[in-house]
Amino acid sequence: MESFIQTLINGLQTGSIFALIAIGYTMVYGIAKMINFAHGDIIMVGAYTICVLTMDTKIPVVLAIIITILVCTVVGILTERLAYKPLRKAPSLAVLITAIGVSLFLQSLALIIFGEKQRPFESIIKIPPIEFGNIVIQGVALVTFIVTIICMVVLNIFIKKTKLGRAMRAVSEDKQAAQLMGINVNKTISLTFAIGSALAAVAGILYICQYLAVKPTLGALPGIKAFVAAVLGGIGSIPGAMVGGILLGVIEALSKFYLPSELTDAIVFGVLVLVLLLKPSGLLGKKRIEKV
Amino acid sequence: MEKNNKKLSNKTWLKPLCYALAIILCYIIISILIENRTFGRKYTSLFIPIGINIMLAVSLNITTGFLGELSLGHAAFLAVGAYSGALVTTNLVSVPEIPAMILALLTGGVLAAVAGILIGIPVLRLRGDYLAIATLAFGEIVRSIINTLKITGGPKGISSIPAYSNYTLVYVFVIITILFAMNLKKSRFGRAIFAIRDNDIAAEAMGIPLTKYKILAFTISAFFAGIAGVLYAHDRSIIKPDQFDYNKSIDILVYVVLGGMGSIKGSVIAAIILTVLPQALSEFGEWRMLSYALALIIIMIFNAGDIREKLGKFSTALREKKGEN
Repeated sequence: MESFIQTLINGLQTGSIFALIAIGYTMVYGIAKMINFAHGDIIMVGAYTICVLTMDTKIPVVLAIIITILVCTVVGILTERLAYKPLRKAPSLAVLITAIGVSLFLQSLALIIFGEKQRPFESIIKIPPIEFGNIVIQGVALVTFIVTIICMVVLNIFIKKTKLGRAMRAVSEDKQAAQLMGINVNKTISLTFAIGSALAAVAGILYICQYLAVKPTLGALPGIKAFVAAVLGGIGSIPGAMVGGILLGVIEALSKFYLPSELTDAIVFGVLVLVLLLKPSGLLGKKRIEKV
Repeated sequence: MEKNNKKLSNKTWLKPLCYALAIILCYIIISILIENRTFGRKYTSLFIPIGINIMLAVSLNITTGFLGELSLGHAAFLAVGAYSGALVTTNLVSVPEIPAMILALLTGGVLAAVAGILIGIPVLRLRGDYLAIATLAFGEIVRSIINTLKITGGPKGISSIPAYSNYTLVYVFVIITILFAMNLKKSRFGRAIFAIRDNDIAAEAMGIPLTKYKILAFTISAFFAGIAGVLYAHDRSIIKPDQFDYNKSIDILVYVVLGGMGSIKGSVIAAIILTVLPQALSEFGEWRMLSYALALIIIMIFNAGDIREKLGKFSTALREKKGEN
């Protein structure tokens, strides 16, 4: 029982990180109707930035975190402006391939700057673990939970209550109608990328505090898993991304614990296929009826 | 009307003959290029991978271009073909090369087609991006299972596979794949799947059995990918599960999208360019991937349409210019 709870806590930790990344995927999909394959690599950019800032320059941690979030936001907006914006009217597949190109570009850029070798990282979260009997909650896990909850609450308030949030919802509903209502669609899309990338930066920092190493391909795996999480929850739906992310983390941790670890990926993707077959639009996704 | 028919029937034998001549001529040119090592060792070794990539691109084009369903799991069929083919030939060491390879090709193709049916039945119930993700998921499941099984050698894979793939064999299968796809386009079945792509609800109303045709197209696509897999395994001589992850599927998809959806010519050209390009850029060392990525983005932005369309416009422009002169 104790090991079960311990596994659950570990799952919640990775799940929270997946959820943060999945929100970026789902928001971009909701607004631009594109699968942003480069989103995972924004995590890698964030991880390298925080690594360089805290280990090479020794600036205060809080400042380093703020700079990291800014760097990722700028990278996110830049990729959108330079690579995706010219393709706004192109078929969605062209945009998909461009996103893959951006992903490869960011990875190889990191490879050139930092080299192929894995680089160790010293965690910036130095909180002692909390123990309940035999169950240990690591400081990193605790911080991850709190940060994720704060991010989600703030994001929900932003989307529901502010004017910009309302504009985002309007654009995702109907781009042309939103434009007619006087919403600047281009700015709104940029804002979406900015928020998604900022969350990816937070996820990147939390991710390497858990794994304590950076390498150029670090973003690929959590990226693809978070994407699966977004689809699991219903792509385009923000609460769906949160639920999907946490659910995926828990499933992964449990299957790693009870089954041979090589099968973990098969289980994770198997659950996705199962959910899609039973409820094709994801757990919390909207059902769309197509008319001729 | 009668006149037209006469004209057509007079020319019907001419076209296949031209094709046959072109195929033979192409083969002669390629064999001369390979035997003389015209392009040096670096590029001569690329001929077989180019052929395999053409097969993969054309077969994926049947699902993605003809049927209009985005598949991100094509590497799974490549893997099924490669592994089953390799298992056949590594277990039949005493059997001579030709029957062993025929058996391997058959097993690889058929098993990949079976995998296509098994994956296609659930996946093809979904639509659009969800379908794409489900294929990605199945691709990863297949890789994960291969990684776990003992018979496939786990993460180490299968090594010392006999090198039965030669350029003649690959060329033959490339031609078969291309001819099949071209004829498929003109057949009743081809028209039906084009109708499904353009509007599935309208197609169903016209009496096209959606599920059956979708699964059939998916299976055909898987079959050719399986054959390509067998050739791949017997060219590489070592296969590992990591070679068949979603990056491989995405590579194949890039050929298809860059070449133009539904265009076989485009797939062939894109597969050739994108196989040669990384090798040509290899002098740049670490900058190779960066320039490849940049090239990909720039090509996509400047070429929101497809290569074939651009080429068509270019050639008509040329013709017009000639006419003016």
